[in-house]
Amino acid sequence: MSEIILATRNVGKSFGGFVALKDISIEFERGKLTAIIGPNGAGKSTYFNILSGAFAPTTGQLLFQGRDISNLPQHQFASQGIAKSFQITNVFPKLSAFENVRVAVQARQVGLNPWRNRDSYADVNRRARELLALVGLEKQAEQTAQDMAHGEQRALEIAMALAAEPVLLLLDEPTAGMSPEETRVMMDLIQRLSRDRTIILVEHKMKLVMGICERIIVLHHGELLADGPPQAVQSNAEVKRVYLGQGRH
Amino acid sequence: MTATASASLIAFGKRHRAALAIAVLLIFPWLMPYEALAVNILVLGLYAVGFNLLFGYTGLLSFGHAAFLGSGAYGCGIALVHFGVPWFGAILIGVLVSVFFAAIMGFLAIRTRGIYFAMVTLALSQCVYYLFYQAVSLTGGENGLRGINLSEIGILGFSVNFLNPTTKYYVILAFVAFALWLFSRLLASPFGAVLEAIRENESRARACGYDVARVKFIAFVISGAFCGLAGALKALHLSIVPIETLHYLTSGQVVMMALLGGMNTFFGPFVGAAAFLLLEDVLTTMTSHWQLVLGAVFVIFVLFFPKGIWGSVLAWVVRK
Repeated sequence: MSEIILATRNVGKSFGGFVALKDISIEFERGKLTAIIGPNGAGKSTYFNILSGAFAPTTGQLLFQGRDISNLPQHQFASQGIAKSFQITNVFPKLSAFENVRVAVQARQVGLNPWRNRDSYADVNRRARELLALVGLEKQAEQTAQDMAHGEQRALEIAMALAAEPVLLLLDEPTAGMSPEETRVMMDLIQRLSRDRTIILVEHKMKLVMGICERIIVLHHGELLADGPPQAVQSNAEVKRVYLGQGRH
Repeated sequence: MTATASASLIAFGKRHRAALAIAVLLIFPWLMPYEALAVNILVLGLYAVGFNLLFGYTGLLSFGHAAFLGSGAYGCGIALVHFGVPWFGAILIGVLVSVFFAAIMGFLAIRTRGIYFAMVTLALSQCVYYLFYQAVSLTGGENGLRGINLSEIGILGFSVNFLNPTTKYYVILAFVAFALWLFSRLLASPFGAVLEAIRENESRARACGYDVARVKFIAFVISGAFCGLAGALKALHLSIVPIETLHYLTSGQVVMMALLGGMNTFFGPFVGAAAFLLLEDVLTTMTSHWQLVLGAVFVIFVLFFPKGIWGSVLAWVVRK
């Protein structure tokens, strides 16, 4: 049994009277690529937002490397070693791809120094170029983010998330709105990144994650429905009913 | 011109923007009809540049920046008139007074955004207006603060005639030049990068690990300090601080200047201030309805040249 990096203990979340999540206890192991799946309205996004610190849980605890971080302000998640990419493309639209990544790298290495020229930080600039190369955007470095293709913007976002040198990378529907070709490139990238990182991703399409993930967690109506390796989850009768009942995904 | 030559020209212009701006300002008095107008443009240009740190670079529209121009002017003037502080110290006091008000207003205003931010800054600046309006013994109330008679100033042991308009221009330019240099450095720094990131996408900047509220607060105070310096210089220039300096119309004026000149550029607000004051100067001699014409020009720019005068010129150069 490998080390537990992140865990939720009896986590629940309600919005007013609406209960989005009920009593979810899951432990995530270091080094694994885990997918959280479920049909629309299953509570995946709510759960993701709790894992990434965007929402504080209504009940229960979020533990990162054994410490309770349920009420940590979101901007401190990055310095703890948790980075996320978003469901909706979330970059700095009018800045160049390089500047997008550089600002993200700078958050960890430099901060807010107002006295030095930002071009003079050789380490920051080198790391930003490395990350662009890692996600396959080295040629688009000077392009304005808003002028890039959708798939490229998503890759840029992942480069920005990696800038925090995270111990844990959280990805919210990384292939949402992508063409089949873009999806394939993104899944390759995620698989490549997972070799030396812990990744938890939320996905709507079950088929996509079956091939690359080591563990699949299925949420339904805000509750944990299934949890296990892909083959076991795929053959689970409950999961089949939930997914097939709404047509194929 | 080849593409690479034009690109390297743009890069050169960007790297030396402060030096180029200062070079233009060195010959500026000879381009103007009279020197007092040149000094006005210098001072209000700095006011617009300071305002633009928040507006153009951080994406926060304040409708209360008169509070910083005004409190800087009053701080400097009161120090000179009532406490006999030397001129240099009085400028410093003016800046500190505006920093004080900027810290209070910034602390309260950064909790809001968009239209609420604009309204909160407007309301708070009105509080500052009434504070100075009521403190008659210090500020002269509605008559304004009078008696700032600075005829000679000592610079490094030399006595300089401050009544000579050309001399006055260059003394004030020394401060404006220093402020522009500092401003340019600030924008080129990692801090400047974070300001732009917040303007572009606040929640993403937060997810990167930046304390957005803190950065906004610092930007608010720095912006207030630049506007306060402009106010202090204005007090020295006019020898009087009219209560209108704190009026909300002065807050509105700087928004117009920044938009007219180009809010996404370093020097645009300065160009906007120059255009605004020149137009005002020419139009007031021609018609008593000059504000109508100025308003029309402003509307035309907002509708057809949203990048402003300087922003449009730069865009044209880049395209060439």
